[in-house]
Amino acid sequence: MAHEHKLEIFRGALKFKSNVSKIWGVFVVLSIVTTVEVALGIIRPDFLVDHHFLALRLLNWVFIILTLFKAYYITWDFMHMRDETAGLRRAVIWTSIFLIAYLVTLILIEGDYIFEVYKNGFIKFNF
Amino acid sequence: MEATVVKTGTEGKTWGGGNDPLKASYGKMMMWFFIVSDALTFSGFLASYGFSRFKFVDAWPIPDQVFTHFPFLHGVDAPMYYVAFMTFVLIFSSVTMVLAVDAGHKMQQNKVIFYLFLTIIGGFIFLGSQAWEWATFIKGDYGAIETKGGQIVQFLDKEGERVALRDFAAVASGERTEQSKENGIWFKSESEYYPSVSFDQVKAGFLANDNLLVRIQHKDEHGQHIVLNREESIAKVVNDGVMVVEGANLRHNEYGHPLFADFFFFITGFHGFHVATGVLINCIIFFNVILGTYERRGHYEMVEKVGLYWHFVDLVWVFVFTFFYLV
Repeated sequence: MAHEHKLEIFRGALKFKSNVSKIWGVFVVLSIVTTVEVALGIIRPDFLVDHHFLALRLLNWVFIILTLFKAYYITWDFMHMRDETAGLRRAVIWTSIFLIAYLVTLILIEGDYIFEVYKNGFIKFNF
Repeated sequence: MEATVVKTGTEGKTWGGGNDPLKASYGKMMMWFFIVSDALTFSGFLASYGFSRFKFVDAWPIPDQVFTHFPFLHGVDAPMYYVAFMTFVLIFSSVTMVLAVDAGHKMQQNKVIFYLFLTIIGGFIFLGSQAWEWATFIKGDYGAIETKGGQIVQFLDKEGERVALRDFAAVASGERTEQSKENGIWFKSESEYYPSVSFDQVKAGFLANDNLLVRIQHKDEHGQHIVLNREESIAKVVNDGVMVVEGANLRHNEYGHPLFADFFFFITGFHGFHVATGVLINCIIFFNVILGTYERRGHYEMVEKVGLYWHFVDLVWVFVFTFFYLV
């Protein structure tokens, strides 16, 4: 049980002296990211709202990337994925990532297709 | 008996058994695989939410205009502050949980008790907040009109501020007749859900008040709902409006598309159910820690396993928060 903790985050840019201080460090990081998300959600800067990348507003990409960033630190430091063996880590992470990416891609493409049918087809949703 | 024992010739080698390549106990590994399957369940839900949203992408409610309330601050427009608070509560209870796990590694019973207690409190605060969030969402605020096509029409004044139905609806002219089994269709009873003002009152009040405009579900290129001018507004309400909607339920939703409410109830409800079970399991191990069960066992791995589940609940909330409240 008393296995070693890896005490570096940001690829070694930030090193902590103990596991407890690393936990608080990660908490600070997660809090900052959440605050940024909420601030962006309230301000909704025009530039990020009006520009698109791959059919999504830039703002939504920012939110998604920040979410994945938070998910990484929750998994790696709170759930101790950083300290597990590479085998367990890959079995959990890659399985989920491939399946979820596949599911989301197909379903969103399908949703967009139905949107186009409603918009340009004979079925109208404007009454 | 010796003849029945099969020797594989792998004794002492890697395939001979007895080694654990993942260096994790059975229970911990099973918790991880449960989490993977649960993560796939939640991504199925969120993907179906995305599907419906992409289907009606030009008419989906804007979360900033839906979740605008904060407890004890009536009439103050506070978009998302409350959900942000809930997010912080959950992240902080994750922190106390991981501190409890860390104290468990060091066999510090009292610290584990203290941090687990904080974690449970955090869980209860989150559940209470979610109950409040649901109650506010179900009760509604301004009310709206639904059209023949099932679209939601909301009312604004000329400055673009929302106006509640109760503030402009005309005084009722007749009495509301309750449906009884003797009159009408025998198997239909009075509906449990009916609004405080009738559609005719709203229509009359709207026509009498020149300052009112309507906002429809469809959005312009900036992603804002389109506000019609006075003539178009009158045409919309008079020609298309059929019923009054106040609050949200599984069929009608004053904030916009009914599917938004359906997914809101389903996904945050399923997540809330996870939080509730997490609190329950936390309570069980909390008492086990107090009783010294893990002290006698010699390790606190159970706290770590339950901690994994608790962090997973936090992880799911991070995604729910993004896709329901931010994007």
